[in-house]
Amino acid sequence: MRFLLQKVAFYVVALWAALTLNFFLPRWMPGNPVDMMLSKLAQKGPVSPEARSAIELLLGTNSSAPIWEQYFDYLGKVFAGDFGVSVAYFPASVGDVIGRTLPWTIGLIGIATVISFVLGIVLGQLAGWKRGSWLDNFIPVTTMFQSVPYFWLALILLFFFGSMWRLFPLNGGYDVYTTSPGLDWDFIGSVLYYGALPALTIVISSVGGWMLGMRNMMVSTLSEDYILTAEAKGLKPRRIMTTYAARNAVLPSVAGFAISLGFVVAGSIVTEVVFSYPGIGSALLQAVSSNDYSLMQGIFLVITLSVLGANLLVDLLYTLIDPRTRARA
Amino acid sequence: MTISEETQARADRATTARAHPVLTVDDFSVEYRGERVVQAVRNVSLELGRGEILGLAGESGCGKSTLAYGINRLLKPPAMITSGGAHFHSREGYSIDLGELHGEDLRAFRWDKISMVFQGAMNSLNPVINIRAQLEDIFTTHRPEMSKKERREKCAELLERVGVDRSRLLSYPHELSGGMRQRVMIAMAMALDPQIMIMDEPTTALDVVVQREILREITRLRAELGFAVIFITHDLPLLLEISDRIAIMREGEIVELRDAVDLYTDPQHPYTKKLLASFPSLTGARGSFVRGHAQDRNEEVS
Amino acid sequence: MTTTTQDPALAAGAATAVSRRVTLPPMTPKLAAGLLLGGAITLFGLLGPLFVGNPSTVNNIGLSGPGNGFILGTTQTGQDVFAQLAYATRGSLTIGLIVGVLTLFLSAFFGIVGAYAGGWLDESFSLFSNVMLVIPGLPLIIIISSYVPDKSILLVALVLAITGWAGSARVLRGFTLSLRNRDYVAAARVSGEKPWRVLGVEILPNLIPLLASQAVFAVIFAILGEAGLSFLGLGASGSFTWGTMLYYAQNGLALRLGAWWWFVPPGLLIALFGAALSLINFSIDEIINPKLRNQTRATRKKWNLSKSQLKQVVKEDEL
Repeated sequence: MRFLLQKVAFYVVALWAALTLNFFLPRWMPGNPVDMMLSKLAQKGPVSPEARSAIELLLGTNSSAPIWEQYFDYLGKVFAGDFGVSVAYFPASVGDVIGRTLPWTIGLIGIATVISFVLGIVLGQLAGWKRGSWLDNFIPVTTMFQSVPYFWLALILLFFFGSMWRLFPLNGGYDVYTTSPGLDWDFIGSVLYYGALPALTIVISSVGGWMLGMRNMMVSTLSEDYILTAEAKGLKPRRIMTTYAARNAVLPSVAGFAISLGFVVAGSIVTEVVFSYPGIGSALLQAVSSNDYSLMQGIFLVITLSVLGANLLVDLLYTLIDPRTRARA
Repeated sequence: MTISEETQARADRATTARAHPVLTVDDFSVEYRGERVVQAVRNVSLELGRGEILGLAGESGCGKSTLAYGINRLLKPPAMITSGGAHFHSREGYSIDLGELHGEDLRAFRWDKISMVFQGAMNSLNPVINIRAQLEDIFTTHRPEMSKKERREKCAELLERVGVDRSRLLSYPHELSGGMRQRVMIAMAMALDPQIMIMDEPTTALDVVVQREILREITRLRAELGFAVIFITHDLPLLLEISDRIAIMREGEIVELRDAVDLYTDPQHPYTKKLLASFPSLTGARGSFVRGHAQDRNEEVS
Repeated sequence: MTTTTQDPALAAGAATAVSRRVTLPPMTPKLAAGLLLGGAITLFGLLGPLFVGNPSTVNNIGLSGPGNGFILGTTQTGQDVFAQLAYATRGSLTIGLIVGVLTLFLSAFFGIVGAYAGGWLDESFSLFSNVMLVIPGLPLIIIISSYVPDKSILLVALVLAITGWAGSARVLRGFTLSLRNRDYVAAARVSGEKPWRVLGVEILPNLIPLLASQAVFAVIFAILGEAGLSFLGLGASGSFTWGTMLYYAQNGLALRLGAWWWFVPPGLLIALFGAALSLINFSIDEIINPKLRNQTRATRKKWNLSKSQLKQVVKEDEL
């Protein structure tokens, strides 16, 4: 229990750090983001006083209020979910834009990461078990895929499967012409079809890393004493491979999930751009090109929150699969 | 029973046991064929009597563990058995050539007739599953006809037999002390009622009090169930207390193999003499009757 | 019982002798391939620009494939793709190098020093590293980059380093903690060696393989990160890197127009260089973790077993 509280406390600290970073960043940067944004907004129509004050709070201000007061007002606004109005998607509020795009990204990354993880772990387990076999020489090939930049792989896949052999669509999240959002099979099928290539990109790029890590840990674990005991006990090889070896070897992969998730998030942002997938990554890029700073801030916070949440979940999962952690605290 | 009667009973047991050996090892040799070829075991021959405790002593690296692993076919390449073999003679009357077992036969044979207790139970138990699971999987593998209820009951019984409360069944290895873990290892080794138990330094990592308890358990269980034990250790005084016979190994060869009492009182080989002399002399206050008694006998004779 | 008191200097000396044995990776096919590939690309980046023409000169030829004196064809403004590739290699490798070095220093500082010092310093450094690790990197980089429209290569490298050191720091810290508790370190401390000396002489040499492996990771991360940034249009302006080439290729609709000579080479070089570094990392891994060494095919070949005996071994491994 105490371990749990420690973990949650850590994530609260991390969230606070992200919020604070978000607050000070625009104030440290050269140039005046507030003015830039206000002028952009003004091109779309008159700027209401609420919009103005929201932007000033989020980005830094010409007002004379002391910095601590601004900071707490900012926190208040953030917790109320008010990030102001978006320039790139005017007149939608930042909250609206995020609400529209976030589910797509979470769906895509979520599914792709799970597939990638499971595939990588299973393959790594087999590769590590058959130590010194041909599978060993297969590993460098998969690591080559690991160093392929996500977006380049995306471009190649798009080229072959989208343009050359017209198997998959070139862009979008679903077929806007024939279906509309809803919980029917048509829509879901369309979503899966459109999401196949982006998901494939993410899976191919990240599976190598999981596989390599698992394989190395399997080889390491197989020289442990309890494996010898299991063999001497006359247990079936399959059971030794799974319950004795893999069960222990998978632990560092789960523990190192945080590092890997960072790469996946980075990769998927770029993948979304290539496929024009209607996710939060595309929205972020749109925001950048329009100097839409409040949208950028909002998106950054939401991505951070999601990543922190995912990490917390994985940490909790880890305490379930490694009984020694419950004693450690 | 007087002390001398006890010693005589021991010697008699040893002789009868040897008439019906449970394991014969002939001209056994093992080489490590790595970049350099190292002869780990050289032409070892011995017989293990039914229900006998055979001590296998020697300094680190003399090949005693390699011999045990070799007999049990647990050697990993580049270690290879280069000559000789081992034969198991079951109490039901048949014999099995341990070198001829392969694949599924070998797997089924394991633990059923010959089991092992490894050194450093620190790491010999799977850290992520609980004790009951590790006891149960012996039964699910070798006795699939048992029902879940029977299995669970047997596991609890096994633990209690080695002196561990059955409430510890759901504990994980890291929650148990070193002594308890070793008892669990012994319980595991006894699960299928084997005819031979090979123990590789089972008490080395434990403190003397716990050591004594474990040794007592082993002798008690042996009396109850009648299995033979090959007890491997570098701790010679310990062997002198519990073994019927002792084999001294050095650089892969057995240099002396005799009854425990005779070995202590009348060592033949110079290496054995050196080994015996290198242990601090005992005052006789602690330790078994053998040592104290032998001291007296020597003084009587001289 | 008599205990011999050892001369503390002797003890420390003996301990140092043991810990100083830094092994070089054994030459395996994987390592050779990695070094060859990486070396070739590095050479291309170093010497290429000296032999090719001007990458920025515009020609009337427009978008064209290989031929007409252009080894890799031209961009949509008639620029020499091969020349651009040479300069881009140099640019990307430069960024890789700078970020690699910066990340090494940052992660070494926060990881090793903190772990060695222990106490509240370790706690706060560790907390800092973990927080930096968990905050998503690319979004942060994107935001920082968007505030500064004109970036030099150095600035891009700096931003990448600041967001990328945390993972290495955590790994280094874990390893240093385990080293700290080893006997020869304790011996050195007990014999009165100054903390800086213990750190530099006892601990650091053992960290070298791990540091090398982390440095290689950092370079891979830097090159991929920069490529991604540039592709999004947020990279170093006015410079040639593999990433900026891909950005221009994408903007020039290279994909739609099927101009493979424009967008395939830069990405391919990224992948190949990354693969080369990974192969090198493999070999370093085998030093760090000797258990990996014993099971490779190469080691098995060195055993004195006959072919049939080896076959038997492989068979016994079957499920």
